[in-house]
Amino acid sequence: MIPQNFEYSSPRSLEAALDQLAGGPDGSADGSTKILAGGMSLIPLMKLRLAAPERLVDLRRVPGLNYIREESGVLHIGAMTTHYEVESSALVRAKCPLLAEAAANIGDVQVRNVGTIGGSVAHADPAADYPASLLALEASVTLVSKAGERTMSVEDFLVDTMTTALEPGEIVREVTVPLEKSGAGTAYAKMVQPASGFAIVGVAARIGEGFARIGVTGLASKAYRARNVEALLEGGADAATAAAVIAEGVDANSDLHASADYRRHVATVYAARAIRQAISRKY
Amino acid sequence: MSTTISVTEKLVGKSVRRREDPRLITGTATYVDDLKLPGMHHACILRSPHAAAKIRSIDISAAQSHPGVVAVFTGPDVAGVGPVPCGASLPGLRVPHHAILATGRVYYVGHAVAVVVATDRYVAADALDLIEVDYEPTAAVADPEKALEPGAPAVHPEWPDNVSFTYHQEGGEPEKAFAEAEVVVKQRITSQRLVPMPMETRGCVAEYHAAEKSLTLWSSTQIPHLLRTLVGQMLGLIENRVRVITPEVGGGFGCKLNVYAEEALTSFVAMKIGKPVKWIESRRENFLCTIHGRGHVDYYEIAAKRDGTVLGLRLKLIQDLGAYQQLLTPAIPTLSVLMMPGLYKFRNISADIVGVFTNCVPTDAYRGAGRPEATHGVERMMDLLAVELKMDPAEIRLKNFIGNDEFPYATATGLSYDSGDYAAPLKKALDLVNYRELREDQRKAREQGRLMGIGISTYGELCAFGPSPATPAGGWESATVKIDPSGKVTVLTGASPHGQGEETTFAQIAADELGVPIDDVIVLHGDTAIVQYGIGTFGSRGTAVGGAALYFALKDLRAKIKKFGEMMLESDDVTFSGGVCTCNKTGNTVSLAQIAGMSYRAMRLPVNEEPGMQATRFWEPPNFAFPFGAHIAVTEIDRETGHVAVSRYVAVDDCGNIINPLLVAGQVHGGVAQGLGQSLWEQAVYDDTGQLITGELMDYAVPKATMMPWIETAHTTTPSPVNPLGVKGVGEAGTIGCSPAVVNSVVDALSPPGVRHIDMPMTPEKVWKVLEGARA
Amino acid sequence: MKQTTNLRINGTSYVHEVEPRLLLIHYLREVAGLTGPHIGCETSICGACTVAIDGKVVKSCAMFAVQADGSDILTIEGVAASGTLGAMQEAFWNEHGLQCGFCTPGMIMASRQLLERNPTPTEAEIRHGIDGNLCRCTGYQHIVNAVQAAAKAGA
Repeated sequence: MIPQNFEYSSPRSLEAALDQLAGGPDGSADGSTKILAGGMSLIPLMKLRLAAPERLVDLRRVPGLNYIREESGVLHIGAMTTHYEVESSALVRAKCPLLAEAAANIGDVQVRNVGTIGGSVAHADPAADYPASLLALEASVTLVSKAGERTMSVEDFLVDTMTTALEPGEIVREVTVPLEKSGAGTAYAKMVQPASGFAIVGVAARIGEGFARIGVTGLASKAYRARNVEALLEGGADAATAAAVIAEGVDANSDLHASADYRRHVATVYAARAIRQAISRKY
Repeated sequence: MSTTISVTEKLVGKSVRRREDPRLITGTATYVDDLKLPGMHHACILRSPHAAAKIRSIDISAAQSHPGVVAVFTGPDVAGVGPVPCGASLPGLRVPHHAILATGRVYYVGHAVAVVVATDRYVAADALDLIEVDYEPTAAVADPEKALEPGAPAVHPEWPDNVSFTYHQEGGEPEKAFAEAEVVVKQRITSQRLVPMPMETRGCVAEYHAAEKSLTLWSSTQIPHLLRTLVGQMLGLIENRVRVITPEVGGGFGCKLNVYAEEALTSFVAMKIGKPVKWIESRRENFLCTIHGRGHVDYYEIAAKRDGTVLGLRLKLIQDLGAYQQLLTPAIPTLSVLMMPGLYKFRNISADIVGVFTNCVPTDAYRGAGRPEATHGVERMMDLLAVELKMDPAEIRLKNFIGNDEFPYATATGLSYDSGDYAAPLKKALDLVNYRELREDQRKAREQGRLMGIGISTYGELCAFGPSPATPAGGWESATVKIDPSGKVTVLTGASPHGQGEETTFAQIAADELGVPIDDVIVLHGDTAIVQYGIGTFGSRGTAVGGAALYFALKDLRAKIKKFGEMMLESDDVTFSGGVCTCNKTGNTVSLAQIAGMSYRAMRLPVNEEPGMQATRFWEPPNFAFPFGAHIAVTEIDRETGHVAVSRYVAVDDCGNIINPLLVAGQVHGGVAQGLGQSLWEQAVYDDTGQLITGELMDYAVPKATMMPWIETAHTTTPSPVNPLGVKGVGEAGTIGCSPAVVNSVVDALSPPGVRHIDMPMTPEKVWKVLEGARA
Repeated sequence: MKQTTNLRINGTSYVHEVEPRLLLIHYLREVAGLTGPHIGCETSICGACTVAIDGKVVKSCAMFAVQADGSDILTIEGVAASGTLGAMQEAFWNEHGLQCGFCTPGMIMASRQLLERNPTPTEAEIRHGIDGNLCRCTGYQHIVNAVQAAAKAGA
C-alpha cells in the first residue's frame, strides 16, 4: 500500500511553517496542504489512499513546539509533545494524572513514541483517547496562523467527526490545562476496541468539591462533555444514577464492534466506573 | 527454557534450542520480499470493489502509458493459462472455471481484474489508479444459508441453486438410534469465517530463462513440489524446467497450502516481459484474496439414553465455499464429518454436507481444517446433553470415551483410531485445576452473583496426513540423508517447514540415529532443485510422516555404515553406535568420517554395496495418527459489559512421543491463541452486499499479548503405533481443543440465568445480549 | 521532487535522494538493503517494521524516510553488529520466543525498549509493552518468558 506522491517541506521555524501552510501566491491556504505532526493517523490514511494531500508541512523540526511546563497554575503542552512524553512526564503525572493516564492508553508504545497531542486533537478522531480527558480537564488549545493567535476551549475546538474549528492556515500550537488547586480525583475508563486499540467508549471523570466534569469519547460523532451527568453528580447523585443518563439524547455510533444500543449501555457502565474511581482518588 | 546438550546424550526428547533461530533473531533470514534480482520488476493487481458484477469494459491505456509501466494485462491476455486447480474430488462436484484474472464477470470483492508490471512498486501502485473498469454490479449473496434460499442471487449463473455439492455419509443405524433414544438434543452451531493471517502475507518472485524454457518461482508456500507440478501445468511448462524455491516462510496455518492465481500470474508476467517479477500481497489483499477458514453452519442432533450413554449423532453441515474451489476447498468439510464422533463411542452417525457458493473469497484449510469445527460441534453437544441430563460434563465424557482396550478402534465414520488413553488427559487436567474445589469456588462465586464458568473440551484429531488413498496428491513424505566424505550429515526433507522447527527436530533425530553431534547435521528443505519430490507441511504431518521417512532413510544408512564398518574392521561382529563402528571382539573402531570417506573413495566396497553414503526413502503411512487431549478454561464474565476474561487455561495434550518439549509447548501456545481468537474476537464479516467489513487489522482482532491468558501445558504420552517415532502430531491440537473449552466455559458461566448456547466469537456485546435475553 | 535524506543507520551514514512519499520501511529494505525489519500490514498495527529512531521504537511503515532525515536509526541488524548476540536475542533463542520469525525483529526491538524503560517488568507490563507487535505463532507466552529472562540477565 503506497501513498500518492506529494511535496514535502520541513520548516525550521513556526513562521516558515505558517508561510508554507498558507501556500499559493495569494497566500491563502487551499486545503491541499496538510500539516504532518507524528503522522500516526495521517500516514495510514495516505497509504490506503483515503487521504492524498498535495503538500505536507512537517512540524517535526520546528523548534519550540515540544515542551511540558507549568506557568501560573496552568500546564502548557507544546503541540509536538509525544504521547510518551506526556505519559512519562513527572510534572504531568504529579499535577495532571488524568492526562498521563489518557496518554498511556493511546495505541501502543510505537505510536506513543511518535504521535503528538497536537496531531491527536487536530485529527479529531471520535474514538481517540485524549479528547475525553481534555474535556474533563477543561483544557484549551492555542491556534496560530499568520493572522495571529487565538485560544479556545477543546470543547469548542472539536466540531464533529474529523472536523475541528481549525481555519485554513492555522496550526495547533499548544494545549493548556488549568491545574487543580486541590482535591479533585480523576480517572479514565476505556472499553478497548480489540483490533485497533481505539476506544469503543472512553469516559474521563474529574470530580472535586462541588464540581464534576465528565468527558466522553467513542460514543458519538465527536467527544463531548456529559453535562447532564455532571449536573446530577453536582446535585449529589451517586455514580450509577448519574452515569445512567450519559447517553440520553445521544446519537450513538454503531459499528461491528458495538451497536448504538450497546455503546449507550457500556457508556453508562464505564462512566460509573470512571466516576467511582475518580471519587476514590479525591484527596 | 532450552537445555544444554552434551554430545553423548540422546537429543530426542530434549528441549534443544532451535537451529533456525540465529538467522531469524538477527534479521538476516531471507523471506520472499527480501529477494532482489537484477532487472526485477514489480507487479500490482487491480481488484474488484464489487462482490458481483459484469465487466463491461476495461481501459488500460492510461496505465500502459504511465512512465515506468512495462505492461498491463487483463483477463483475455491470460486466457491460455490453465485454471487455478482444485485438487479435491467429490461425486457430482461443481467446479467453476477459475481463471487467473477475471474475464467478463467478477465474483467476489478482491477478485483479480488486471495486473500492472512496472519498474518499481510505487509506480505500479500509481498505475493501478489509472485503469478504468466499467462494472455493472449485480446482486450478490454472502451468507451461505441465504444463498440456499429460493430466489437467491446465483453466484455462478449456470448453477442457480448455488449448490456446489452435497455429500452424505452414514455409519451404523442412525435412524434406529434416534428412534430408540430416550433423549435427543438439537442445536444450531456456527463456526465463523476466519482469516488465517500469517504475519508474512503471500508473495512470489518469478524468473524465466527463455533460452532454457525454464522458470524459477520463489513463493511463500507450504507445498513447493505440488506448486511446481501444478503451476507448471497451468503455464504449459515442462515440469523439470520449473524450479520452486520457498525461502523463509513467515507462517502459513494452511493458507499457503494452496496454489493461487497470483503464482501463475506472476510467472506469466515474467515470461512475457522477459524480466524477473515480484508480487507481494498487501495485508488488505491478504484479507480479501487469500483463503479464509471455517465458514460452517451446523445443525446437530445427539441421541442418548437417560443414563448419559450416547447413541447417535446427526449433522447437517452447510459449508460456505466462497466463489471458487481452491486446492482443497470442498474436502475440508468432509474432514469434519470424519472427526464428528470425537473420542466417543458413537456407533450411529449421519452427516449431510451442502457445499454452497457465496460471493466471498474461497474457504480452505486453516489450522485444524474441518476438525476444529467438528470438535466444536461434538464437544458442545456433549455439554448440552450433560445439561439436559443434569450430569457433570467431565462425568458424561468419561462415561462415553472409547476404552483403552478397544484400539485400534473403528469409528462409525470409517476411521481407525490408532491408540489412546482418552481418560488420562482429562483426569490430569481435572487434577491440575483441582476440579472439585474449582466447582466449589464456582458455587461460592454464584452466591456472590458472579458469573464464573468452567469449560471442558476433550478433543481427538485426525492428523499426520495421511495415507495416500485418503489424501489428494498423496499422503506420503520423503527424506534423503547424505553423509559427506568428511562425515557431515545433510538431511533433505520433502516436508517444507515454515516455523515449526524441523531444522532442529529432524537434526535431533538424525544426530541420535547416527551418533553424531547435532552441529554435524544440517536440514535443507523447500527447493525443488535440491530436494527430492515431497508433499509439504500441513495437517500436523511434518514429524509424524516426514520424520518417519527420515527415520527409515537413517535406518538404511545405518545398515550401510555397519557393512562398511564390518569390511574395514574385518569382522562380522560390529556395532555402530555413538558415531563409530566398534569391533566387539577387538575393540577396534572406525569413525563415521573414515567410513564415509571410504564409501566415496571406494577402493574397497562391501559385498553388494554401492559407493557413496546416501539414502532416500518415500514413506507411506499406513494410517493417520490421532492425537487427543483435554483443555479446561475457567472464565469470568463481566455482568455489566459481557466481557469474557479467561482466568485460567489448562491444556493437557497427548501427541505421542515428543521430540522437543520446548517446540511442542510453542505449538500448543500458538494453537490455543488461534483457538481463543476464534472463540472471542476473530471474525471475517461480509455485509449483505458482499463487502468484507473486517478487511484490515484495524477491524479484524488478532490476539495481542495483552489479550492472552497464561496457558498451562501438560502431557500424557501414548505413542502412536502408526510410525516408528511414535509421534502423533501437535501443530493443530491447541486450536482444535480450545474453542469448545472456552465456549463451554462461557455457557457454564451463563447457565444460572438459563443460557444454553452461544456462538463465536463471544464478543462482549453478544454475551451481554444473550445475558439480557436470558434475564428478560 | 526528490529530497536528500541523511540517515545514520546502525552506525553507518546513508545519503540518498528519495521521493518524499518513500516510506521509511521501504527505504530501509530497498535503499539501504536492510531487510530485517518486515512489512506485515499497512495500518501500523502489526509492528513487524519496528526500528528505533534516536532511541525510540517506531513503526517504520508509518513514517516517511524524509521525516527521519538526520536521525540515528537502529534496526535488528544493528543489535548484534559486533557479531555477538544481544541479551534479548539470546533470550528469544533460549526461550523459543519465535517460530516463523517474521515478527521477531520488530518484537525484539520493542522488547529492548521495554527493558530500557522498565528493567524489572511484571508479566502484565511485558504484555503491555509488546502490545504493538502481533505474533501469530507463539501465543506470546515464550516471548514473555524471553523478556523475563533478558531482564534477569540484566539486558
